[in-house]
Amino acid sequence: MVYLTRKAEFAASHYYHNPELSPEENRRMFGKCNNPNGHGHNYTLEVTVKGEVDARSGFVVDLKQLKEIMQREVLDAMDHRFLNKEVPEFLHTIPTTENIAIAIWQRLASKLQRAQLHRVRVYETADLFVDVYGEA
Amino acid sequence: MKAHLSRRYLFSASHRLHSDGMSDAENRDTYGKCNNPFGHGHNYVLEVTVSGRVDEKTGMVCNLADLDAFIEKEVLTRYDHENLNCLRDFAHHVPTTENLCMRIYEIVKRGFGLAHLDKVRLEETMMNSFEYAGAAEPQR
Repeated sequence: MVYLTRKAEFAASHYYHNPELSPEENRRMFGKCNNPNGHGHNYTLEVTVKGEVDARSGFVVDLKQLKEIMQREVLDAMDHRFLNKEVPEFLHTIPTTENIAIAIWQRLASKLQRAQLHRVRVYETADLFVDVYGEA
Repeated sequence: MKAHLSRRYLFSASHRLHSDGMSDAENRDTYGKCNNPFGHGHNYVLEVTVSGRVDEKTGMVCNLADLDAFIEKEVLTRYDHENLNCLRDFAHHVPTTENLCMRIYEIVKRGFGLAHLDKVRLEETMMNSFEYAGAAEPQR
């Protein structure tokens, strides 16, 4: 089994707010992330796929195909967007780094053909990142 | 779905690697320049990984502010700008980064109950780092 990791970057804005909570509870729980005008990050995405190396091509995955899938499924949808308002998953789910990683996992898992998705890692900053392995 | 959240922190401390169980010559041989009796320092990078199901109400594994406050109070305040050899934690243990990493794991495991602790990773320099995930738990 060989693991291949491809990185990408996207820039987006978001804010944290749960409409079921009072404004005071939202402020207490989410602090400055609750500012309804939003704030932004440069996110770094790492997608790791795994599989056996194909004897004919020597590849675990066709990197061109993986790049195209990441571009179409993630970057076209999230890069330079206000996540709460423009990305369907986040119209009713808070776009925390956890939920962004889960949304990316769900967008990519079914689209990969030969290789299997192993891990999605999303860095919100250099000092904060989330890993998702598709565990229930 | 389950998520694993990692947070990085920085602290600076000094130490000297010296074991009372060895002769001076053995200490010099084992620890090299780390055995300098005056000590030396590092900028340590601490990476704490916690995991759990993402809470639907908050979208989080645990509130980052709670994790930050715990690490600040229980780890950074204890070690930042200290001489590790002078601390009770290392009265009977050599303050290698292995031992410091395991000690920090124990502090977080025992004191932070808001998410499952996966592992503690400690970078002593950009070139070497150590990970501890508990004695009984498989390494990821």
